[in-house]
Amino acid sequence: MTDLNRRRVLRGMLNGGAVTVALPLLDVFLNGNGNALADGKPMPVRFGTWFWGCGMNAKVFTPKTFGTNWELPEEIACLKDVKKHLNLLSNFNAFKDTSPNLCHYTAWVTMRTGIAPESGDHRPGETYDVTVAKKIGRTTRFQSLTATATGDVRTSFSYENANSPNAPEWSPVNFYTRLFGPDFQDPNAPTFTPNPRTMVRKSVLSGVMDQTNRLKGKVGAEDKARLDQYFTGLRDLERQFDQQLTKPDPIAACLPPKAAPEDTKIGGDTELVAHRHKLMTDLMVMAVACDQTRVFNMAYSAAQAATIKVGYEKPHHTTTHEEPLDERLGYQPIVSWFTQRSMESWAYYVDAFSKVKEGSGSLLDNCLIIGSTDQSLARIHALDNVPMFTAGRAGGKVKAGLHIDGGGSTVVRLGYTAMKVMGVDIGSWGTKSNTTSKEVGEILA
Amino acid sequence: MLAGCSAKTETSAGAKPQAAVTAPEPPIANAPLRVRVLTQDQYFNSLAYVFGPDARLDARFPPFRRTDGLLALGAGAAGVTASGVEKFQHTAQLLAAQVVDVRHRDFLVPCKPKSTTASDEACATQFIKATGRLLYRAPMTPEKLAATVGAANDAADKVHDFYRGLAFALEGMLLDPNFIFAAEKSEPDPANPGRQRLDPHSAATRLSLFLWNQLPDDTLLKAADRGDLNTKAGRMKVVDGMLANPRVEEGTRAFFGDMLGFDDFDSLSKDPMAYASFTGATAIDAREQTLRVIVDQLIKKDGDYRDLFTTRTTFLSPSLAAVYRLQTAPGWVEVNFPEGSQRAGLLSQVSFLALHAHPARSSPTRRGKAVREQLLCQKVPEPPANVDFSIVEDPKAIYHTARERVTAHLSNPVCAGCHKITDPIGLALENFDGAGQYRDTEKGAVIDASGTLDGKPFKDAAGLGQALHDSPALASCLVRRAFSYGVGSPDTGGRDELMAYYNKAFSAQGYKFKGLLRNIALSDAFFTVAEKTAEK
Repeated sequence: MTDLNRRRVLRGMLNGGAVTVALPLLDVFLNGNGNALADGKPMPVRFGTWFWGCGMNAKVFTPKTFGTNWELPEEIACLKDVKKHLNLLSNFNAFKDTSPNLCHYTAWVTMRTGIAPESGDHRPGETYDVTVAKKIGRTTRFQSLTATATGDVRTSFSYENANSPNAPEWSPVNFYTRLFGPDFQDPNAPTFTPNPRTMVRKSVLSGVMDQTNRLKGKVGAEDKARLDQYFTGLRDLERQFDQQLTKPDPIAACLPPKAAPEDTKIGGDTELVAHRHKLMTDLMVMAVACDQTRVFNMAYSAAQAATIKVGYEKPHHTTTHEEPLDERLGYQPIVSWFTQRSMESWAYYVDAFSKVKEGSGSLLDNCLIIGSTDQSLARIHALDNVPMFTAGRAGGKVKAGLHIDGGGSTVVRLGYTAMKVMGVDIGSWGTKSNTTSKEVGEILA
Repeated sequence: MLAGCSAKTETSAGAKPQAAVTAPEPPIANAPLRVRVLTQDQYFNSLAYVFGPDARLDARFPPFRRTDGLLALGAGAAGVTASGVEKFQHTAQLLAAQVVDVRHRDFLVPCKPKSTTASDEACATQFIKATGRLLYRAPMTPEKLAATVGAANDAADKVHDFYRGLAFALEGMLLDPNFIFAAEKSEPDPANPGRQRLDPHSAATRLSLFLWNQLPDDTLLKAADRGDLNTKAGRMKVVDGMLANPRVEEGTRAFFGDMLGFDDFDSLSKDPMAYASFTGATAIDAREQTLRVIVDQLIKKDGDYRDLFTTRTTFLSPSLAAVYRLQTAPGWVEVNFPEGSQRAGLLSQVSFLALHAHPARSSPTRRGKAVREQLLCQKVPEPPANVDFSIVEDPKAIYHTARERVTAHLSNPVCAGCHKITDPIGLALENFDGAGQYRDTEKGAVIDASGTLDGKPFKDAAGLGQALHDSPALASCLVRRAFSYGVGSPDTGGRDELMAYYNKAFSAQGYKFKGLLRNIALSDAFFTVAEKTAEK
């Protein structure tokens, strides 16, 4: 094989001007098996997350058997068509150790950072998607993308540090514009003209970086760290400019929408949220398919989920605490109704990634997506048996279709496994009882 | 179990013996230099001042972490992520293009280039020097000016367009951390050897963010250039001028919007089946209604802060009128509710009632908690994680009213500890449903809206307003919040004496909010800082 990198070839051909690139766009860029790029590099493996609030009821959520042969109980019956892409992990615990059980907070923070938070104001470490993005996100336009279906700019489960949440995209229109607006470099465009304005912007940006370095010298240590972070953001922007100046490799799966979707009105009723979730998901899927990012986060609802059932007086979270237990059924029927709506959107999310063809498989096959929540039984803020899903096969590194028994071990194991799969070099992860160096081996291929 | 569960005052400010008004100002113990990220409103207000109000910018920045009761205090610790930088760049790009477009360039760029297709150093310098001074809140150094003009010239020559070149340089200026971050600097205080004070331009910025919620204007910067802020008399003139400026209305709106948690309006919606008259427009207008009443009472009338909780004067729009079941003319109309009406004070307004309720039900607990935390600076503990809801969940029990439901809470010692500090307040507002509509009955039962606030009984919402008006914690909480907001740093202890000093003056001056702003803005504590600016 030649050493010539396709991008370099194209760049050479461009010679700075507008060029018509007469290249077939499709499988010529893949190897003969369709499971790697033509230059022999493997397909990129992406990492995603998906969140729903207020957990589940094990009685109607957790399958009775483990392994490959498991039935879907009624709360997750809607996952039938995507079951083959999923692993469901049961019987994993979030250990709080000496910290209090912080309602709707302890489990998701533990799961995503390996550390049980000590108070509601305590945001330890960084979330695992940030760690993974540092590893695999540096070559794409966006290091990571975060979105929510709640319409609320505060719903995010990703943060760089205690004071830096990754603010979600909350408006489909804004998300579309950011992804596929004027700054989008269509990899399949027949012509490519490096934008002279981008070159100018890049040069102006270097002046801003100088100013940032100068200001860093004038502030205390904590504020210096904040300016370092700002500087890193500027570097990211510089990388985006660089990418806009480079002809991207064609990507067969990249078929971005031609126009922005209609924005949705504010509101939390489940139909509206499902619709918003669909719009945001479709955009996110295409952003990943077009290799704009390799790390992505989506939240269906907040931890204290505010989703509404029209005609019912309380939102999801309040319902978990106040709806009477139906003695005949043995669970809270309206709460379960809310969980089922969440699972429908999870099914949509997984299905949307699986529908995009990539090489000989699907985009989902080259992803590892973790679906998780903030409690098991929300009514009593239970931290044991907190359910987790994976979706996708991470380019063949992960199996699917399994129901795994965690045996009461820490939820942190899944994050540890995912980071290892994504190439993060760590010997162990987590603190106190959540420390682990044991992967969830059952799901590894 | 939770016998010790009582609302904790976050500090004992206001409870200490108070110093006489004439007593010297106590020193401030903890006065850090702040590096604050501009809030979304500060950013947009400042751009509107520099470039005019018709810039069309569409961006929503995430709020900071609420700290010590205020989002604004999170600005001193907030980081800007990569997507945040991208958002600033995007906004800068939009704005810069509008500043130099053919509709705006003639009045926003103070000179005409010799040629529109090439660089023009003199004209670029004129624009950048004037704009940079406003964005960076201080004159640009010659080096920085030269570098920025150089960037504009290079860009203009590359794209063969003077105005576009200028726009590129402006994008860079808007992305400059010296604009995005308000980084305070200190200098030795000659009046107090060994101590540091804010340098004049940092002082101007702190004052301006406090009183106007925007960066300093030209007049204020000139005062800083002259050193006016270094003398008592100079400061007084500056502060009085600022308080007389209509921008103080925006500053007041920002402060109260923050303190009252109005960021929650961004995601507020009601169940349309339960409350058909409550629409998205209602939510927007409910927020506006309360801010109008606050500005009218505190700024226009220069009235007593406590009267906000008893006033029967309000403003209604058509969408609000539907919730109030009144008919009004289009636009905003002043309305005075008659004596005896339960619509008295801020707590009886739709903003408070709807924000602190469920989508289809009222919530005495949430309303009581909001009064404690937002208005009295007390902390209501979170419910225990293993809380047992079996009492209120009993499907056989028939609760007609919220009082019957929460009485069930109060009969359980685990719940009662905390609910007794929230519910007796919130129950007084039960004549208003989850959308803020008046009602006499709930599920056929007559509503009993009596309650108590720290031992003071009342029989309805108006009585609660009066009890709140009379509570000493109401005023001292406002003082505490206003000072923290002004200096941009939370109360981490050591401010009690200082707060007592402001409280005394606030009381002596009839609880006038403008007077409080003035006292804070003129006090040494506002300008004193403990740290020395780090040397490069």
